[in-house]
Amino acid sequence: MHRTARGGLAIATTIALLLSAAGCGDDGGSGTGGGSVPGVTDTEIVVGTHMPLTGPASAGYSKIAPATKAYFDHVNANGGVHGRKITYKVMDDGYNPANTQQVVRQLVLQDKVFAILNGLGTPTHSGVLDFLKSNRVPDLFVASGSRSWDQPDKYPSTFGFNPDYTVEGKILANHVKTALPGQKVCFLGQDDDFGRDSLAGVEKVLGAGGVAVKQTYVTSNTNVAPQIGAFKAAGCQVVVLATVPGFTALSIGTAARLGFKPQWVVSNVGADHPTLAKQLGEAAPLLEGMIGANYLPMQNATTDPWIQLFTKINKEFNGDAPFDGNTVYGMAVGYLFVQVLLAAGKDLTRESVVEAVRKGGYQGPGLAPLRFSATDHSGYGGQRLNRVSGGVQSYFGPTYETDEGDGAVREFTAQPAPPPANGVPTAP
Amino acid sequence: MDRFVFLTLDGLSRGAVYAAFALALVLIWRAARVVNFAQGAMAVAAAYVAYSVSAATGSYWLGFLAALAAGLLLGAVVDRVVMRHVDHASPLNPVIVALGLVLLIQAVLGMVYGSEFRPAPAPFSRSALTVGGLALLSPYDLFVFATVGVVVGALAWVFARTAVGLRMRAAAFAPEVSRLLGVNVGGMLTLGWALASSVGALAAMLVIPTELGLHPHAMDLVFVSAFTAAVVGGLDSPPGAVVGGLVVGLLLSYVSGYAGSDLTPLAVLVLLLAVLLVRPGGLFATVAARRV
Amino acid sequence: MSATRAVVPPRARSTAESPRRAPTPRGGTLLRHLAVVLVAGLLLLGLSYAVEPFRNFQLATVAAYLCATAGLTVLTGLNGQLSLGHGALMATGAYTLALTQNAFADAGLTGGWLLPVSLAGALLVTLAVGAVVGVAAARLRGPYLAGVTLAVAVVVPALAVTFDGVLNGEQGLSVPVEPPPLALGAYFPYERWQLWIAAGTTLLVLLLLANLVRSRYGRTFRAVRDDEVAARLAGIHVARTQVLAFVVSAGTAGLGGALLAVLAQSVSPGAFSLTLSLFLLMAVVIGGLGRLAGAVWGAVLLVALPDLSHALTELLALSPAAAQRLEGNLPLAIFGITLVVVMIAAPGGVQGLLTRLGRALLARRSRRRS
Repeated sequence: MHRTARGGLAIATTIALLLSAAGCGDDGGSGTGGGSVPGVTDTEIVVGTHMPLTGPASAGYSKIAPATKAYFDHVNANGGVHGRKITYKVMDDGYNPANTQQVVRQLVLQDKVFAILNGLGTPTHSGVLDFLKSNRVPDLFVASGSRSWDQPDKYPSTFGFNPDYTVEGKILANHVKTALPGQKVCFLGQDDDFGRDSLAGVEKVLGAGGVAVKQTYVTSNTNVAPQIGAFKAAGCQVVVLATVPGFTALSIGTAARLGFKPQWVVSNVGADHPTLAKQLGEAAPLLEGMIGANYLPMQNATTDPWIQLFTKINKEFNGDAPFDGNTVYGMAVGYLFVQVLLAAGKDLTRESVVEAVRKGGYQGPGLAPLRFSATDHSGYGGQRLNRVSGGVQSYFGPTYETDEGDGAVREFTAQPAPPPANGVPTAP
Repeated sequence: MDRFVFLTLDGLSRGAVYAAFALALVLIWRAARVVNFAQGAMAVAAAYVAYSVSAATGSYWLGFLAALAAGLLLGAVVDRVVMRHVDHASPLNPVIVALGLVLLIQAVLGMVYGSEFRPAPAPFSRSALTVGGLALLSPYDLFVFATVGVVVGALAWVFARTAVGLRMRAAAFAPEVSRLLGVNVGGMLTLGWALASSVGALAAMLVIPTELGLHPHAMDLVFVSAFTAAVVGGLDSPPGAVVGGLVVGLLLSYVSGYAGSDLTPLAVLVLLLAVLLVRPGGLFATVAARRV
Repeated sequence: MSATRAVVPPRARSTAESPRRAPTPRGGTLLRHLAVVLVAGLLLLGLSYAVEPFRNFQLATVAAYLCATAGLTVLTGLNGQLSLGHGALMATGAYTLALTQNAFADAGLTGGWLLPVSLAGALLVTLAVGAVVGVAAARLRGPYLAGVTLAVAVVVPALAVTFDGVLNGEQGLSVPVEPPPLALGAYFPYERWQLWIAAGTTLLVLLLLANLVRSRYGRTFRAVRDDEVAARLAGIHVARTQVLAFVVSAGTAGLGGALLAVLAQSVSPGAFSLTLSLFLLMAVVIGGLGRLAGAVWGAVLLVALPDLSHALTELLALSPAAAQRLEGNLPLAIFGITLVVVMIAAPGGVQGLLTRLGRALLARRSRRRS
C-alpha cells in the first residue's frame, strides 16, 4: 500500500472510530435530558466539578469532593431537594489547566450538568471562566481565594467561596499589629496571585514599610532553606506565611533545623493542623504556638453541633475517611449548595439558581458572613484566628470581617446557628 | 560571608543526594544503555516499603534496610518482567516503557497509600551544629555525606576489583564476546538493574526527609535535577555523576539564595548548555564519546 | 550499541525505505497529498455536523496535538533527534498567540483576519526559538540532547512566573477569540467553529509536512538519521540538516500550541508542563514513529485514552472508600499498562501493527490465490 494512501486511511479510520464513539456517547449522555433545563429532571439534579485527585497537588484536596458527595448522599437519603436527588460528577484534572479544559467541557457538553460546583484552583478554573459564561452554566463556589471570581459584570454567574487572600492578609496583619506590636515582620508567599494578594492585604494594614523581608517560593523547588536563612539573618520575629500546606510544614521544619523560632502566622490555605502534623510526623510539636485562621468549625471541636453532624455523615456515607479540615470544607460547600437549591424553588432553572445566590442571606456552618449580593460575588468575608496549643488547634478571640479594599478590620459578632436536626436545610 | 557559607553547605548536602541518584542513572546507562526515567517512581515505591516496615516494627533502620532490599528486588523485577522484553533496537522504546512504568507505579502507590503526604523521619537530628555563631552542617547532613561516600567507594571497588564487577562491565561493553567467554550476560544485566535501583532507593531514603514528605510524586523533581547532574558529569562516568550532583546542588542553592527560586530552572539550562556546548559528552566524557 | 543515532527501529526503517513500485513524478505526489487532505477535510466537515459539540471539541484538540506530534515525528522519527521539550515549544506558540490576540483586543481591532495573523506570529516566533534550540541540539546526541531539551521543557513554563508582569504568572492569560462569523448563522455551535479552525490549520500543516518528507530535504533528514558519516560523505551538511529539522518541528509544535490556546481561550504554564512534553513523545512512539500516520494515532490516543479509561472506571460500582483510592489513579494505571504492553507487543506502534496486519492479510490472500 502506498504511504500517502495509508496516511489517508489512518485519518479515515480515526474519524470512523470517533464517529462510533460519538454514537455511543449520544446513547449514554442524553439520558438526563428529560426537561428543558440541562441536568435537571423531576427526580435528579446532576452537578459536576473538577478536582485534583491525582498528581503532586492532590494531597488534601482530593478529600474535598468525596466529602461534598457524602453530604449530598445524606440529603438524598433524606428525600433529596424538592424530590430531586443530587448526582455529583467528580472529574480529575490533576491540577493541570489543560485537563480542566477537557473535563469541564465533558461535564457541560456531554454529561449536560446543571452547574459546576466548587471547581478547585486558580490557574485551572481561570481557564474555563469564559467557556462557562458563554454556555450560561452556573459556576458556583469556586474553591480558591482568588479575586477573579468576584466580577459580577464580566462573569455574572460565577461565585467564590473562600475568603479572598487579601481579606485574609488584612486579618492576619491586624492580629500582628495589635497583639505583637513593634516586632519585626517578614513574609514568605507563593510566587503567584495567592502570595501577591496576601502580601497586598498584609501591607494594607501594616503599611508599605511594615514588612521587613519579603521572600517567595515556587512549588517546583522544594528547598526553602535560602529563604528561611534570609529571615534568620535579618532577625525576623514574626513570619507571615502565604503557603500551601506542604510548604508550611517545610518552612517550619527548615526553620527548626536552622535554629530559628519566629512566631508563625499562617494563611488558612496552609494552616490545617492535622494535615501539617501528619506531614511533620515526629516533628509535629514544632507547630506549637502557630497562629492560623479559618472560617469554618474546627474539625476537632467535637462539641460543635456542625462537627457532630459532619462526623456522622462522614461515618455513614464517606466510608469513615480520616476527618480533617478538607472534609469540613467539602460538606460546608454541599450544605450551601443545598440551601441555594431550596431557595431557587421547585422550578429549578440555571437563572433561578444564580438569582438565589445573588439574593444572599445564607447562614450555615461558617463563622464569618457570606457576602453574596447582586454586586458582590465573593464568598466568605472574614475569618477567625486560631492557635495550636498543647497539640490542639483551637479558635481564640472574635471573628473579624473586612473587605479587599481599604476598609477597616471589624469584629463580626453574629453567632453561627446550629444545624437543623436532620442535617438538611429547610426552604426559606 | 555567613550567607555564602550557609548556602554552600546547604547546596552540598542536597548535591550529595543528587549525586547518589545520578549514580543510579549512570549504573543503568552503563549496564543497559537505557536512561531509566522510572528511577524516581521505583525509588519512591521502595521508600513506601520502608514506611510500611518502619510503621510495623517501629524501627527506622529496619525500614531503611527494607528499602534497599525492595530496591534490589524491584530493579530485578523491572528488568526480568518488563525491560528484557522490550525491543532495544531503538533507544526510545525503553524510555517510553519507563514512562509507562512511572504512570503505573505512581497510580498503584496512590491507590494503596492515598495521595496524602506521609511523614518521613530523619534518623539523625537535622538541626545544624553551630560553631562560633555560624550554623554549619547537621548530623543528618554528615550521615548523608558518609552514606553517599560509602556507596561511591563500594561501587568503585566492586567494578574495579571484584570478579562480578568485571563481568558486569564486560557484559555491558561487549555482550557477544562475554557470552562466548561464559559470562551470564542476562544475569549481569539483571544484577545491574537491581544494584542501580537499590542505589536509587537509598537516594530516595536520604532526600525525602528533607523534602515535603513521602508522596507518589516525591521524586519527580529530584529526578529532573539528578538527570541534569548525570548529563553534566557524563552518563558513562560515575565520578562525573558525583561531581555533577554537587555542582547542580550548589547552583540551585546559590541561585535561589541570591537571585530568587523562580530562576533556578533557567540556571540549570544555562549550566547544561555551558557544559555540553564545550563538552558534548559531559564533563567526564571519555575520548570515544562520539563513536560512529 | 551507540545511542547517538538509530532512534527508529530497523523494522520501521526498512518499511519506510522500502523501494517504491515505480518512480513517481513529483507533481503526482503533491496532487495525491492534496487529494488525501481534501478528502480528509470534507470528511471532517461532514463529521463536524454529525457529532455533538463535545466530540467536535475533542476532535479539535486532536487536531491541535496532531500539529505538534507530526512535527515531533519529523524530528525524532525521520531525523533521529530526540526532544523532551516540545511542550515548551507549544507554550511558546500559545503565549505568542495570547499576547498578539490581547494586543489586538486592546487596540480595539476586530475581524476574521486577526486570528490567522496571530497564528502566523506564533509560527514565526517558535521558528526562531526552534532555530536557537536546534543549533544547540545539533551538537548533542542521545541522552545529552534529552537532558538539554528536558531543561527547556522545565524552563519555559517557569518563565511565565519570572515575567509575571507580562505573562501573569501561574494564572496565565485569557485569549480573546472572535465568535464564528455571523454568516454561519446566529446559533452556529462554537465547538464546530473551533474544529474548523484547528482542523483547517492542521491539514495545511500535514500537507506541507507530507511534501517535505517526500522531497529532497526529507531524504537528507533520513540519511542523517541512518548514518551521519555516510550522509557527510554523500555531501550532506549534517548540522544544517539537523537544525532545519528542528526548526520545522518547532514551528509546527508552536502552531499546535497556538491552536490549543485558541481552543482553551486561555494559556497558563501548568498546561505546558514537562508532563506534556513526555506525553507528546509517548504519543508519537505509541502511534508509530517514522510515519506521519503514526502521529495521527498518537494525537488521537492523547485525547481518547484518558477519556476511555475514565469511562471504564466509571462503569465499576465502588464503595466510597474504594472509590476515593481508585478515582483518578485507575485511569493512570490503565494508561501506564497500555504503554508498556504496546511497546512490548508492538514496538512499531499502532501504525506498525496495522501495517503488519495489512501485510499478513495480503500474504494470506496471495497464498490462497496461488
